[in-house]
Amino acid sequence: MRGVKVDVLVIGGGAAGMGAAAAAAREGAKTILIERNERLGGVLEQCIHPGFGLHRYREELTGPEFAARLRGELESSGAELLTEATLLDLDPAGPRVRAASPKGLLQIRPKAVVWACGARERPFGALRIPGTRPAGIYTAGLCQRLVNIHGLLPGKRAVILGSGDIGLIMARRLRLEGVEVAAVLELKPFPGGLLRNVVQCLEDFEIPLLLRHTVAEVHGKRRLSGVTVVEVDEGGKPLPRTDRFIPCDTLVLSVGLIPEVRALESFAPLDPVNRGPKVNAWLQTEVPWLFSAGNSVAVFDLVDTVAALGARAGVAAARYAQGELPPARAVPLVRGENVLHLVPSALVPGEEATVFLRVPRPFPRVKVSLGGLISRNHLGARPAEMIEVKVPPGASKELSRMPEVRVEVTPA
Amino acid sequence: MKRRLTCISCPVGCELTVEVESGQVISVSGNRCGRGEAYARQEAVEPMRVLPTSVKVIGGELPLVSVRTDRPIPRRLIPQAMGFIRGLAVEAPVEIGQVIARDLLGTGASLVATRAVSRCGRPSLQGT
Ligand SMILES: Cc1cc2nc3c(=O)[nH]c(=O)nc-3n(C[C@H](O)[C@H](O)[C@H](O)COP(=O)(O)OP(=O)(O)OC[C@H]3O[C@@H](n4cnc5c(N)ncnc54)[C@H](O)[C@@H]3O)c2cc1C
Repeated sequence: MRGVKVDVLVIGGGAAGMGAAAAAAREGAKTILIERNERLGGVLEQCIHPGFGLHRYREELTGPEFAARLRGELESSGAELLTEATLLDLDPAGPRVRAASPKGLLQIRPKAVVWACGARERPFGALRIPGTRPAGIYTAGLCQRLVNIHGLLPGKRAVILGSGDIGLIMARRLRLEGVEVAAVLELKPFPGGLLRNVVQCLEDFEIPLLLRHTVAEVHGKRRLSGVTVVEVDEGGKPLPRTDRFIPCDTLVLSVGLIPEVRALESFAPLDPVNRGPKVNAWLQTEVPWLFSAGNSVAVFDLVDTVAALGARAGVAAARYAQGELPPARAVPLVRGENVLHLVPSALVPGEEATVFLRVPRPFPRVKVSLGGLISRNHLGARPAEMIEVKVPPGASKELSRMPEVRVEVTPA
Repeated sequence: MKRRLTCISCPVGCELTVEVESGQVISVSGNRCGRGEAYARQEAVEPMRVLPTSVKVIGGELPLVSVRTDRPIPRRLIPQAMGFIRGLAVEAPVEIGQVIARDLLGTGASLVATRAVSRCGRPSLQGT
């Protein structure tokens, strides 16, 4: 069998992949990272607003600045970095990986793989909105890339569907560049993104946020000419006689990210809510040589968390490749009341871990409990912010007696 | 007079109450840290924001370089600042941290590059 033999192959060079490759190389593992873009950094490169790095670097950086720091840490680690190298397939027998690069076909035979390919945007087609199919409809991340990297504006008057952070950030960005933003629409009765972004991206510019509203129809032949918006009830059903027409040539969709798992969904078990692979506290999937971190596991809000989880996955992958990671007796975490996203899917007795979870709607005050192991009060739980619960090694030891741990959020 | 504000200093987003009497901040409550108090005192009299945007690059691998003000500037000056920044252009290569403009509109803030852009290697999507 041909192919380069390595200890750890990291696929994807965003914050998660960079963190993983640097950590694996520092553990002494022969490490290669492949990234399809010309530059490492992933989505950070297009996020030119500040809001990154408060935890990791104790200062507020923009996305490109955060990426530059991580790249610096990676370059001194000894990992081999291959850009413009796109994964073609990941063959679980072996495992064997093929990637296309300007130098030709790369064949790599790693002992362990860290999957860090980030997330895709939910596209327009998934929304099944009636009407025509004109030009002028963009996903928010694509729009951000066009504006911030390529210097292209999408149109003159925009409506933004979805009030997640990406939608809010893009409302401000478009407005600063002279695009009129008619409104941001949100199906739910509360904004999807952080309150700070509602303030500094919408209120600062007097951009209306229409909660409980959605697009009922798109209009226009070649180019979008406007959208019909409608108010909805609790269940998201349109209310009669609330429809009105908003003229616009641009519709920006910020309606969710989905972990990128296409190359592994045929063999690695996924979590149905996170939509990424199930991982244990070491970020090890249920396929022992496969590790994963970052937005390919579940969509995280903070890049600091993503980079830290990447590093954890890198260390574990290196130890696995070196034969030093014992087989884990994983204790599954199961979802109880009010738990949406949940990472990891299992704990390893004796190993410390941080459990990340997302609530489905806002609560002023909650109690978060991990099956009698840990219980904590938390003020102001909101879907836009993941709740973190640390499991110290001491508490984790008690796991060996437990068949599973039920994670529950109850209003307090 | 009492005003309610949402703190934007960090992602927590504390709900603050500021008491203002004839242009003077009397009290701040609802904050969970010192930054929150400082934010409320400033926000009640003159809201300040860091401005992130981009500047044209001549002869670069990318048509734009991302930039930010190195400190917050008065929010009311943002439209004027954007007008000024739109007229700027910088020659590649650009270093991360490079000062693109000093003392933006007399605010004392510098506009600094937040990424490196090397000289034109290959054509960008838009050309130059
Ligand atoms: C608009 C926006 C605003 C945000 N704002 C903030 C903020 O203010 N503060 C904060 O802390 N966080 C913020 N985040 C979140 C943070 O940026 C992300 O969580 C983090 O950067 C994700 O990193 P990642 O490595 O998991 O994924 P990505 O950055 O998506 O990296 C995945 C990488 O994998 C590569 N890849 C994919 N497929 C292949 C393949 N087949 N072959 C080779 N390579 C491949 C991609 O090119 C990409 O480089 C924001 C995110 C967005 C989108």
